[in-house]
Amino acid sequence: MIRQLGSFVLLMIQAFKRPDKGSVFRKQLMYEFQSLGLESMGIVLFVSAFTGGIAALQTAYNIDNPLIPLYLVGFATRQSIVLMFSPTIISLILAGKVGSRIASEIGTMRVTEQIDALKIMGINPANYLILPKITAAMIINPFLIIFSVFISLLGGYVACAVSGIVTLSDYITGLRYEFDPFTITYALIKTVVFAFIVTAVSGFYGYQTKGGALDVGDSSTKAVVYSSMLIILFDLIITQLLLA
Amino acid sequence: MIEARNISKSFGDHNVLKDVSVSFDRGQTNLIIGQSGSGKTVLMKCLIGLYQADKGQIIYDDRVFSEISEQEQMTIRKEVGMLFQGGALFDSKNVEENVMFPLSMFTDQSYEEKLERVNFCLNRVNLENANKLFPSELSGGMIKRVAIARAISMNPKYLFCDEPNSGLDPRTSGVIDNLIKEITEEYQITTIVNTHDMNSVLEIGEKIAFIHQGNLWWTGNKEDVLKSDNEELNDFIFASELTRRLKK
Ligand SMILES: Nc1ncnc2c1ncn2[C@@H]1O[C@H](COP(=O)(O)OP(=O)(O)O)[C@@H](O)[C@H]1O
Ligand SMILES: [Mg+2]
Repeated sequence: MIRQLGSFVLLMIQAFKRPDKGSVFRKQLMYEFQSLGLESMGIVLFVSAFTGGIAALQTAYNIDNPLIPLYLVGFATRQSIVLMFSPTIISLILAGKVGSRIASEIGTMRVTEQIDALKIMGINPANYLILPKITAAMIINPFLIIFSVFISLLGGYVACAVSGIVTLSDYITGLRYEFDPFTITYALIKTVVFAFIVTAVSGFYGYQTKGGALDVGDSSTKAVVYSSMLIILFDLIITQLLLA
Repeated sequence: MIEARNISKSFGDHNVLKDVSVSFDRGQTNLIIGQSGSGKTVLMKCLIGLYQADKGQIIYDDRVFSEISEQEQMTIRKEVGMLFQGGALFDSKNVEENVMFPLSMFTDQSYEEKLERVNFCLNRVNLENANKLFPSELSGGMIKRVAIARAISMNPKYLFCDEPNSGLDPRTSGVIDNLIKEITEEYQITTIVNTHDMNSVLEIGEKIAFIHQGNLWWTGNKEDVLKSDNEELNDFIFASELTRRLKK
């Protein structure tokens, strides 16, 4: 465990060196924006729209006390989306999608000696392979999360409209009720930290792969499991630090 | 010339290389031969610096690798090309991008200049009209050719080939072997080839080092190799029916 942590730190030191060539790095970054960002929009859209609807309906159906105003549905939906659902759950989903992709890509390069090929050319493979992914995710994920927040709230709106259980003006009033902009900051800080966790941890497990195709599968599983666990752990830590 | 002096390398308590001293000449195809598992790849990776030897020195034309600055080590790296056992082409890049890759990383040439060099190298390995194909679309022999083209794109002084024939049919093997030999002579490269293929040994073995259980067991050339009375070498060479008949 300590040994793993040591290798992880060493790998990150290698990864966070200045790229050999700026123009190549920028090109890779563009590519990663697309493969880690744009290509995740579909799943983010799908999950967010439905979850927003579910959150609104659940809250609405659980209010049976006539003293509680119905605009609370909008309020509760907003709070749960911004504080927990978008930054944490979406990051967990991305850990599954992006993490397994990164680990299997780098793991395959390891077992087919592509990483050795980079090394003997005089290229720092950790820097070349991992840094663009970490950088791209830390930049693009906040946009994905903001996108997710909007889509979720929209999902809640549609659910209210279709079910008719809460009026739309109540829902909107709720969305605006006691809005604290810091919750957005908090969500974005979490997102950036989680983006680092997913890409760095998955890059690490990919890079550590030894053996053949089966071991690549193994690394990719480990990448998803450990980055998910770390996301939850750091969620607790960040929440305690920022909201206490 | 590349020289290994007293190289030892262990993994855990498995002593893979035992005090190996051997030298490889310029403008020649130098062969490292031996059974699977005898330590050929490990020796090559020590020579090239992918593994750190536990003991001993590697010398590239009077430059002792472990004693020079990191800067000078980088210079040597850029003089080295390597052909990996499976080709190790980057599978997210097409043929042209693979061969161009070292040029893009280490030169400031324009795209046209790089393309000219790429086409020259691909031409040299007799591979035309394959620029836009991806590694998954290539045959085994084509992969090796692209890998050779990539290895020579930077005009290397030193060329390492790990089992260049593995997975190829005898005819294609011969083509690849001869390509390596021609390029070596043409550009006066110090070439080292790992192989357990007797055809290669007899075809291109100008200087041969036989590794047995991690020891340097015998050295010579392709004429000596058939006449030697070294028992382990004979076991290795005359392991197949074909070579036994050849001996008679
Ligand atoms: N990275 C490694 N870790 C542990 N053992 C290794 C490693 N690489 C090679 N070996 C062992 O060293 C021995 C020689 O391997 P190798 O040099 O690949 O043989 P070959 O002559 O077939 O190329 C084998 O027994 C192999 O198991
Ligand atoms: Mg080998």
